[in-house]
Amino acid sequence: MSVEARERRQPWILLSPALGAVALLLLIPLLFIVVYSFWLRSAVGPDTVGFHLDNWQRALTDPFYRYILLNTLKIAAITTFFCALLGYPAAYFITRSSGNKLILLLLLMLPFWISYIIRTMSWINILGSSGALNTTLISMGVISSPIQMLYNEATVILGLVHFLLPFMVLNIYVSLDGIDTNLEDAATSLGATRWQAFTQVTLPLSLPGLAAGGLLCFVLGAGTYITPLILGGPRDAMFANLVFEAIITQLNWPMGSALSLLLLLVLGALVAIYNRFLGMSQLTKGLG
Amino acid sequence: MGWAAIRAYTILVYLFMFLPVAVVVLLSFNQNQFGSFPMTGFSLRWFEALWNNDAVMRAFRTSLILGLLTALISTTLGVLASLALVRYRVPGKNLITTILIAPILVPEVVLAVALLLFLNWLGIGKSFALLLAGHVIFTLPFVILVVQARLVSIRRDVEEAALSLGASPVQTFFSVTLPLLMPAVAAGALFAFTISFDDITGTLFWKPGGVETVPTQIFSMLRDSISPEINALGSVMIVITVGLPLLGAAIARRLAIKRGM
Repeated sequence: MSVEARERRQPWILLSPALGAVALLLLIPLLFIVVYSFWLRSAVGPDTVGFHLDNWQRALTDPFYRYILLNTLKIAAITTFFCALLGYPAAYFITRSSGNKLILLLLLMLPFWISYIIRTMSWINILGSSGALNTTLISMGVISSPIQMLYNEATVILGLVHFLLPFMVLNIYVSLDGIDTNLEDAATSLGATRWQAFTQVTLPLSLPGLAAGGLLCFVLGAGTYITPLILGGPRDAMFANLVFEAIITQLNWPMGSALSLLLLLVLGALVAIYNRFLGMSQLTKGLG
Repeated sequence: MGWAAIRAYTILVYLFMFLPVAVVVLLSFNQNQFGSFPMTGFSLRWFEALWNNDAVMRAFRTSLILGLLTALISTTLGVLASLALVRYRVPGKNLITTILIAPILVPEVVLAVALLLFLNWLGIGKSFALLLAGHVIFTLPFVILVVQARLVSIRRDVEEAALSLGASPVQTFFSVTLPLLMPAVAAGALFAFTISFDDITGTLFWKPGGVETVPTQIFSMLRDSISPEINALGSVMIVITVGLPLLGAAIARRLAIKRGM
């Protein structure tokens, strides 16, 4: 074998284990559940192999599923909005602060290392019937017995915002950090107020970061089922909870396949629209 | 909005991020037997209770073994792939990169369902093997992103020098490339371990009945009510997943200073 041929083959030898793993453990399984979603669940014994549209018909027309899907998108949208509202000023402050930038950034990375389930359940200590807030209100005499603050849609959104906020701040930070501060100074020296300089120069330039953070928050928020299980009531199920129910509780795997593919299609469409207009590079910038 | 207002706002945002977690740690030292407010005194009784809780200790062992194996496999695959992508001219590099990070582009629930159903069809039902496969595929993209970012900054000419001085490619890799690569490898492995140790979304789909990892153990304990033991377990997890990377970074810095870099 010539040196050149070896040089050409070497990267493929290095790549093959990882590519093989992704093919075997993700790509082929995804194709497999496409097929599986056309099978039927049998009352006894193995699922019926074949080409049946029943699961898809139910997934697409059942009003309950549609309600949960729309509600999931609504919850994800509200979550994303609050992440942006809380995250943008914080990211702006970190970019422009002089002394303690490193510490602020390090603190910002910290939540990524703190377990999701612990951050989610931590709100029970704050809002639970014997949590910090109720105890304080009672000792101040504002209320006489604990109020039920947990297990509703608002606490689900609260938990999601708490979980996803770092993703938003980090993406906006990456974007803001790449903007030359001289631009804003130039705008003010030409007569713009600082607010004008911000809204007409800095804000538009940081929109890619805001969009990337928004996409991450939306997609991660819309795909969760743990937060509603911990902080939501029985009526606050999100779409991923339907998938979990179908697969784990009802053992209806064909239906579960159809539902997870529907979720993938809806969120995939969003990512595709984003990719069409902004490209994927902004996203990997924030992740790396 | 003035600068002072933005500063105050940012402080509130940071409080929002960290206060609930701080309360978890605070309450885990609470003497009060219901583990709730008001704090009645300092006590280590809940940590002791954890130590004597067989289910929790079993979950810890499972999570540790799973995390270590995941880190080992995922880092090996990830470092090899990153080397190929950074060091060679590979046709279709963008497509390959997209495929390799696909496991985090797909919602984890969907990945969990697909993997469970496919491997079950192949005869691998809910088992430790399925858990391991799931954790490897889910952590692989993070490892590749982290390692690739580090690799770009390592200069090639050192390797070329070794090769031109007569070292074989394999010798060069183990005595030149790998030592230079170690910080990247360590960062990737740490990342994979932490993500595996924290994962619950996929784990709940893949774990066989009766087997718990620390997060699923916390989850099942939460179903009853929040006990002080859960807060203590949370504190231990925070120490592991936050302390370990900090310790790693500190050691890396020490070594770098020693070497005069």
